[in-house]
Amino acid sequence: MLLMDKEEGAVATPREPVAERRPVAEAPTKVADAAETDRIAADTVGDVTARDPVICVRGGNVHYGETHALRGISLDIGRNEVVALIGPSGCGKSTFIRCLNRMNDTIESARVTGDFRLDGQDIYARDTDVVMLRARVGMVFQKPNPFPKSIYENVAYGPRIHGLASNRAELDDIVYGSLERAGLVDEVKNRLDEPGTGLSGGQQQRLCIARTIAVNPEVILMDEPCSALDPIATARIEDLIDELSQKYAIAIVTHSMQQAARVSNRTAYFHLGRLVEVGPTDKIFTNPSHKLTEDYVTGRFG
Amino acid sequence: MAILTPAETRRRVDASLRRRYRTERLFRLYGLVSVLLGIGFLLVLFTTIVANGYGAFQHTYLRLEIRFDPAVIDPDGTRDPEVILGADYSQLVKEALRSLVPEADDRASRRELNALLSTGAPYELQQMVLANPGLVGQTRELWLPADDEVDLYVKGDVPADADGQRLSGRQLAWIGQLAEAGRLDRRFNAAFFTQGDSREPEMAGIWGATKGSFFMLLVTLVLSFPLGVAAAIYLEEFAPRSWLVDVIEVNINNLAAVPSIVFGLLGLAVFINFFGLPRSAPLVGGLVLTLMTLPVVIIASRAAIKSVPPSVREAALGVGASQMQIVFHHVLPLAMPGMLTGAIIGMARALGESAPLLMIGMVAFIVEVPGGPLSPATALPVQIYLWADSPERAFVERTSAAIMVLLAFLLVMNAAAVWLRNRFERRW
Repeated sequence: MLLMDKEEGAVATPREPVAERRPVAEAPTKVADAAETDRIAADTVGDVTARDPVICVRGGNVHYGETHALRGISLDIGRNEVVALIGPSGCGKSTFIRCLNRMNDTIESARVTGDFRLDGQDIYARDTDVVMLRARVGMVFQKPNPFPKSIYENVAYGPRIHGLASNRAELDDIVYGSLERAGLVDEVKNRLDEPGTGLSGGQQQRLCIARTIAVNPEVILMDEPCSALDPIATARIEDLIDELSQKYAIAIVTHSMQQAARVSNRTAYFHLGRLVEVGPTDKIFTNPSHKLTEDYVTGRFG
Repeated sequence: MAILTPAETRRRVDASLRRRYRTERLFRLYGLVSVLLGIGFLLVLFTTIVANGYGAFQHTYLRLEIRFDPAVIDPDGTRDPEVILGADYSQLVKEALRSLVPEADDRASRRELNALLSTGAPYELQQMVLANPGLVGQTRELWLPADDEVDLYVKGDVPADADGQRLSGRQLAWIGQLAEAGRLDRRFNAAFFTQGDSREPEMAGIWGATKGSFFMLLVTLVLSFPLGVAAAIYLEEFAPRSWLVDVIEVNINNLAAVPSIVFGLLGLAVFINFFGLPRSAPLVGGLVLTLMTLPVVIIASRAAIKSVPPSVREAALGVGASQMQIVFHHVLPLAMPGMLTGAIIGMARALGESAPLLMIGMVAFIVEVPGGPLSPATALPVQIYLWADSPERAFVERTSAAIMVLLAFLLVMNAAAVWLRNRFERRW
């Protein structure tokens, strides 16, 4: 059965009768301000470490001007592991993954402090090359954003600028291989020179994934990759994430708890800039330890 | 809060709907009226210009049998260009005229007869012989331009009995006689499209000014487009946010509003007086117009860069493109149509500009057609101004014709730019 990707905050789990979720505004556990979150979620519940970590964050903080958007986050992402980041809007999930490939550099007011490491190397060190970092940590965005170029050029762009292929045949190999792994090759192999923007939404997103894996990164960050897609396209992307996790470490931000439950090994719940709880996905969804997590996954809060 | 009954809701919505539709209709009407008004004025403008100017594309010519008399042109048979250049060609013309109208035998009537032909006619003969010395000794049937007053009479602009008719009764009679003999006709005015300026309307052409404008705009385009685009890219993509950049931004916007004559004065002071560049040169004109066009190009280019969707930028960033690669692989191709539009607007403005050119000497009377950006030249708008200022009546239609040429120049330029823009846009 295909589960619908619901709008944020409208997620229902079967255990919760609808009637009980009604008086959300009066819910005693609703935590709205950051100070209160600080008080009840100062320490992350659960084990933040991963067995074979490729990304290692300790005490990560992000300020956007005066706003303290991420408050002391510590989290590891292991090899061949899918970590789902969930939480209500504005809780810092996207900010967190954008720290991992320094996309926040483009936001002028953003200030990042704390220890972010990729394979033990400090991501924010002075001598870290951002271009190199982004080649190793790829990203798939919320809205499919293929370049306004041909399908082939879309996939070939990354390898080309990084000089991964020494000749046309190698480049062709990379392009076909990437499209194949993204499950797109059958649909587009006869029209590689057509514009990537002419594909359907789901195909565009898979093209973006192909473009990302063409650079052969070590980590793939996905920022709500399915939020603009229909359920069938979503299912295909989820299958794809499953396959990709054989080879890459994946961090996926999602508003769909079903999706988090389906694709991830571990789940991290963010709340107003705090990482409230991390744990194996089935534990988070069936037996969360923190009250905030429980409220969110049961749909009482969101 | 009282809840409205469905009927009452419908009634209220209906009332408001009618109101909305009325405003919409009214608004559409305003739009239509203003568009029609604009088109109307444009039509009036164009019809006046064309009605006034189309006459200049034709001129009255006299068919004369010219004997290139060796005794007059080259008495010693040396074929020396100096001698050929210095010969008295008006004698040849006068002889030909006399043979056509033998009854003009006294000095006064001969002078009147000779006045039927343009004073530029001997000059044309001189050019012909210079180009082809073999003509000497031969006899040729040639169409030579008539005087501008004759032309005006033949075209009916100044009727025989008009107050300002400068032709005598005798001259008018000769004109009728020649026309009947098929020796006087209106023909395509090639001189208008091939010659430079002249004091004689029938010898005055627009080609010198057109070439002057062309060289000037070439200089302007070559300088202002790359500079403007580069400045826009730097300001949008690379410049750090600082008070200095803010000051530059404000000043670019201010520069776009500076009256053009001020740029002319600046050009005079800097390019001519300080750098010693030649006066009246299209190069200097182009430099001045570059100063004027640059802010327009920069502002339009920055707007074009800003309108590139951030998702494309993010995507490129995500696969690890450097800032430079993002700009040149993604932002620039997408912003190019907008930048070209800015360039078109700037260039169109530059083409129509005359005030700054007055300051740098491009208002001078220049007969020679310019050979390059450094030779003295005038520009189309300045030529229009000069002709509009000339006392000869025949310049009236030439002024309008020059305006038509200017508009055609503009049209060709814009068409080229639109074609270029479409080519860029086709790449998705």
